[in-house]
Amino acid sequence: MRHIISVIVENKFGVLARISGLFSSRGYNIDSLTVGESNDPSVSRMTIVTRGDDSILDQVMKQLNKLVDVIEVTDLPRENSVRRELCLIKVKCTAGTRTEILEVANVFRAKTIDVGHRSLMIQITGTEGKINAFIKLMEPFQIIEMARTGVVAMMREMNETAGQENNEQNGQ
Amino acid sequence: MKISGSEIFVECLRKENVEILFGYPGGVVIPLFDKLYDAHDIHFVLTRHEQAAAHAADGYARATGKTGVCLATSGPGATNLVTGIANAYMDSIPMVAFTGQVPMSLIGTDAFQEADITGITRPITKHNFLISDTSKIASTISQAFYIASTGRPGPVVVDLPKDVSTGVIDFEWPEVPPVPKGYKIPKYADTACIGEAAEAIRVSKKPLIYAGGGIIISGAEKELLVFAERINAPVTTTLMGLGGFPASHPYWVGMPGMHGTYTANMAFTECDLVIAVGARFDDRVTGKIEGFAPNAKIIHIDMDPAAIAKNVEVDIAVVGDARAILGQLLEVVEPRGRNGWNDYIEKMKKTHQPTYDRDSGILKPQYVVEQIYEVTKGEAIITTEVGQNQMFASLYYKFDKPRRFISSGGLGTMGYGFPAAIGAQLGKPDAVVFDIAGDGSIQMNIQELATAVEQKLPVNIAILNNQYLGMVRQWQELFYNKRYSGTCIECQPDFVKLAEAYGAHGIRVDKPEDVRAAIEKAISIDGPVILDFHVDREENVWPMVAPGAPISDTMEGLLS
Ligand SMILES: Cc1ncc(C[n+]2csc(CCOP(=O)(O)OP(=O)(O)O)c2C)c(N)n1
Repeated sequence: MRHIISVIVENKFGVLARISGLFSSRGYNIDSLTVGESNDPSVSRMTIVTRGDDSILDQVMKQLNKLVDVIEVTDLPRENSVRRELCLIKVKCTAGTRTEILEVANVFRAKTIDVGHRSLMIQITGTEGKINAFIKLMEPFQIIEMARTGVVAMMREMNETAGQENNEQNGQ
Repeated sequence: MKISGSEIFVECLRKENVEILFGYPGGVVIPLFDKLYDAHDIHFVLTRHEQAAAHAADGYARATGKTGVCLATSGPGATNLVTGIANAYMDSIPMVAFTGQVPMSLIGTDAFQEADITGITRPITKHNFLISDTSKIASTISQAFYIASTGRPGPVVVDLPKDVSTGVIDFEWPEVPPVPKGYKIPKYADTACIGEAAEAIRVSKKPLIYAGGGIIISGAEKELLVFAERINAPVTTTLMGLGGFPASHPYWVGMPGMHGTYTANMAFTECDLVIAVGARFDDRVTGKIEGFAPNAKIIHIDMDPAAIAKNVEVDIAVVGDARAILGQLLEVVEPRGRNGWNDYIEKMKKTHQPTYDRDSGILKPQYVVEQIYEVTKGEAIITTEVGQNQMFASLYYKFDKPRRFISSGGLGTMGYGFPAAIGAQLGKPDAVVFDIAGDGSIQMNIQELATAVEQKLPVNIAILNNQYLGMVRQWQELFYNKRYSGTCIECQPDFVKLAEAYGAHGIRVDKPEDVRAAIEKAISIDGPVILDFHVDREENVWPMVAPGAPISDTMEGLLS
């Protein structure tokens, strides 16, 4: 099972090493890990995507909780959380393929960031699924370089507005 | 008034009531040592190796319940502490280890004697700090002591760059330690799970209490005794829990696991309820998981949520301090009457005591331990090395009180016992202290004889000298066709002369009839003594569960 764990930590040097070390020394797999300051500059938020059955997840959460620098650990439930990723893709293009690439990018609401003679750089944000789908469509044109940020995620407010941005989930 | 970082360091030790500090100097910590020179209220003990400084601090902590403190220089000094820190981590021992570091401006440049000790010790510490600014020394040290000694205790490393310890600033001591936001100390459990536990106990026909080091850490031995008597349950204590329940009590069934007693292992196999208190279901205890406590519900009481359900599945999890939780349980749990289970266990205990050939006329290691027990009337502090010596000590010395058995449980560190004995003796000057040692292990920190002589410590080292790395040899005998590869250590110093060379006493014993007098003499000598017992070379530790087997397959040995 794939899990997205949100970890609120003290914004201090060494914390990232502590957390990633915990995963590696126990042989837990990390698919992606993102980290950045939160609205409180003394506190950072990490989003960790990991895999494992319930007992592994249970240990991961407990071990994270044990770290002195960790303030809060949440396993974000799929239904009630928003997950986003950003990806930069440099794709090969010729005069013949340029329009087609731009059209696909447009459908995905991706942005063209840089236009060169032989390539285009496109920025896309969205769910991992949406990004994966976009990458698939770009592959035939030949992707030259790519950088993905890994998932960032947050819990939704649990009220009637929840589920509002479902169109984003649908890969627009 | 402005004072230097080194003076602040010493002031902080005073504020934390540190009476004793084990360590070894070096270039970047000279400023700290310079201030310790005048600090007559803090006893600095110079060990002869930093590993021993860490173990001594650990032994001191286990004997006294206070936080052990050690200090080493940067680079090689710091890396020499690593085994001692890992050892304290595995056994949850409160310890603060100070290391010197190269100046901030040189960190990361592969400077002379630089090692990234916070990086190296990250997986083996409860927490660690690199102090980057003189103004942070006081708050960091106060936090370090707080973290090391509260909750599930553990070692904390504080790395002090030289320019930080020579910087000058106004000293301000935080009266309340500035605890990190996320630091949690569970104490009491919610009443719902206490109720659940009480109900499970009420309906249980065959309960077993399984108590570990958590009993000793939280000082819960009285509560445990009252609890066990209230519910009339047999009690097994782990290696770390020895002394947490009186060994002379009729309910005590011995230690479980690989070298546990037959009764303890069968009690696990047949019970319908395990009440685990401050014990972590180590693989040396459970044996093959599938065969462990197959018919039992498990209640697991532990301070560390991550220890619960880590190795075995648990039915009722109770997070909190062992003493507090037992107190809560005692308020609600109904007395449970004795039944056939109690009779069954008591009968089994009578007929299945660990034993050895007492009539061979050959000097047996078990006999030596029994005699140490007799002579010291069970009142000594016993430290051990690792190997057969450790198991003989745990099986044949009976501990009625906590903090009397000091041994490397989780890491199994050869070379631990002697420096730990030094720490214990300094913490408990009036106690009779014995390190029960193997001839292999003792040579891992034998240089500490100099420390013991210099500090005038009456520590006794009882070497169970079999001229083998006995425990490994035993496995080779039983599972590798007696191919004694790398375990024969016949080339040895003359331990008596060695002791004398250091200015200590040495006594060699070959015959059973000389054992008692030698032990008595050693105790009467006011200074360190090596007792070199030349024991039966191929004696084995029984009972034993073969590695990978379920504990129901307890072999009681070839003789019993
Ligand atoms: C530092 C370290 N190295 C290796 C081991 C593996 N080991 C466990 S027991 C043992 C043999 C110990 O021999 P000795 O100290 O002579 O004790 P005996 O078993 O003979 O009582 C060894 C090598 C260990 N526990 N610690």
